[in-house]
Amino acid sequence: MKNAIIQLETLTCPSCLQKINGALKKLKGIEHESVQVMFNSSKVKFAFNSDEISIKTIENSIENLGYGIIKSSIKD
Amino acid sequence: MYVSLVLIILAYINLFIFKIDTITEMILLISGLFSTLPIMIQAYQSVKVKIISIDVLVSIAVIGAILIKNYDEAAIVSFLFLFGAYLEQRTLNKTRSAIYDLIEMIPNTVIKISNNKTEEIDIDFVNIGDTLLVKTGSKVPVDGIVTHGEGYINEASITGESIPVVKRIGDIVYAGTILDNGTLHIETQKIGSDTTFGKIIELVEEAQDSKSKAERFMDKFSKYYTPFILILSIVTYIITKNIELSITILVLGCPGALVIGIPVSNVSGIGNGATNGVLFKGSETIKDFSNIDVMVFDKTGTLTIGRPKVSDVKFYTKYQNEMLLYLNAIEKASNHPLSQAIVEYINIDSTYDSIHVETIKGKGIIGTINDKTIYAGNLILIKEANIQVSSDILADIETFEKEGHSIILVAYDNDIKALFGIRDEIRPNMENDLKQLKKSGIKSFVILSGDNQGSVNRVAKKLGIDHAIGNLLPSDKLKYIKTLQDKDKIVAYIGDGINDSPSLAQANIGISIGGGTDVAIETSDVVLIDAKFNKLTHAYKLSKKIIANMKQNILIALGVVTVLISGLFIGDWLSMSIGMFVHEASILIVILNGMRLLKFKVKKENII
Repeated sequence: MKNAIIQLETLTCPSCLQKINGALKKLKGIEHESVQVMFNSSKVKFAFNSDEISIKTIENSIENLGYGIIKSSIKD
Repeated sequence: MYVSLVLIILAYINLFIFKIDTITEMILLISGLFSTLPIMIQAYQSVKVKIISIDVLVSIAVIGAILIKNYDEAAIVSFLFLFGAYLEQRTLNKTRSAIYDLIEMIPNTVIKISNNKTEEIDIDFVNIGDTLLVKTGSKVPVDGIVTHGEGYINEASITGESIPVVKRIGDIVYAGTILDNGTLHIETQKIGSDTTFGKIIELVEEAQDSKSKAERFMDKFSKYYTPFILILSIVTYIITKNIELSITILVLGCPGALVIGIPVSNVSGIGNGATNGVLFKGSETIKDFSNIDVMVFDKTGTLTIGRPKVSDVKFYTKYQNEMLLYLNAIEKASNHPLSQAIVEYINIDSTYDSIHVETIKGKGIIGTINDKTIYAGNLILIKEANIQVSSDILADIETFEKEGHSIILVAYDNDIKALFGIRDEIRPNMENDLKQLKKSGIKSFVILSGDNQGSVNRVAKKLGIDHAIGNLLPSDKLKYIKTLQDKDKIVAYIGDGINDSPSLAQANIGISIGGGTDVAIETSDVVLIDAKFNKLTHAYKLSKKIIANMKQNILIALGVVTVLISGLFIGDWLSMSIGMFVHEASILIVILNGMRLLKFKVKKENII
């Protein structure tokens, strides 16, 4: 399991949180309980299994929702 | 968005001047479609993840309006929605500005030294062990050890102390501090969120996003509220066959202000705290803090400065300067707090070629300078040296001790030359701060201290504190706090966060004062970076203001929803665009109301 923090462009609507949350929980390899979308700091934190899913795929699924990614950092 | 605005204006110019209905309608239709497009994209994405968001409601409403050929409503509603979102983004960014200011304390690029060459690299590529160059005026990017050079660093962001401290080889420097002058090479030890400053930022960010019970309730509420509105609108259509009414319900049903009200107060309030050196751990903390009954203080280092200072001196010699030079030279050799207090007080540098210093534990120091023997210590030391103490001096000593001083006598040439009274001073302006706290709602103050009862009483009396208990072990303090809590009191414990972590943890609110150390951040609920007590007043009043602000926001939001829904049934003034306008306006009002917290300041009051 690796922990990742993705810094997004500023989030403005609370329903964005639900959308990102919903999208990430649909992906395999992400630990559901760990998903935390932070509205004010516009960050997403989650734990994922890098054997099952790549960070690129996760980033893509967020970008497909229409939210820009500034940078992502991964910790073991 | 701008396109739709221009089109709407064009349409109305046409309507009033040329009065060609079909053209007006055409333009409005195009405008409506233009601004609905981005909304629909958002709506589509949220439906994909099975969430009925506001975008979905608005999209259906606008499509409905177009279907019943109500083009002006379609154009105006979708424009207002987009414009509102734009304004929300702008204002929300303002509420978050405090944290941006903090983050900017860390530079984006650093100068790395390797193989005697310097190279500018992105902060993200710095590794532990890298040697970095920090120049005068720039910010320290990482926590590390000085390996070369010397300089003065302003550590206000970590310790609250704005007087620069000198850093030499082997000293630790912190990210987020500023090198006032000098040039340093530092070896990186901690980077990013592992640094002390990184932890402070993380704390603030997490606090701003932490959800109180009320907020979690609102979240749940809105999760079911939007689908409920959708169903309500469908049911209304089935019963009344009135499309206009049902799509109006959709627009009115957006829970905007309700959802955004609490987070906005939270983020602005916590942001205000952060820029003023007050760190709250979360929004639940703020609620408890605003309800405190009893404040329990540690004494040394909390109510007092924690650094003894010379507060009174009596000279018994004409040659004061000579005496001070001798004394400084011998006291400099000791690191005892009393010796340091004297060195700090004298504040002149003096060195002698031939000097020898011997420390006598519990008594003082005996120094030899150029064959002259100098005694500096308590009465026992002087008596043992067989130096006569006159009755006048004995009387002075007694007065000093009564006032709570520790004393140091200085003697040489068989004569007492001076008497120093040294005391751990109560923090300046403390009485006033405590009075302000009491005035704003704290019911009682307690001191719990390991120090002797006499000195605890003295502090309590001076500050007008209700209860003062001395000679306590840390476990006794804990017990005392528990007894208060058993009596249903909400207790805050205020300490320096170093040796009283059990009490900090037991109290409903643990407040550590003076320095964002790792331990303080971990064990306490509120961290006062600045070791100044008016920050405690600020923190307390701010927490009350934040709670009041949240309540106002909930009230505004609920009020608006009630007015709009009753408007549906009473009279026919309510159209879709008015509904959307009121809705967007209420969101902005709530955000602006929250932003007031950013400007909150404690008024300077002198109650004494």
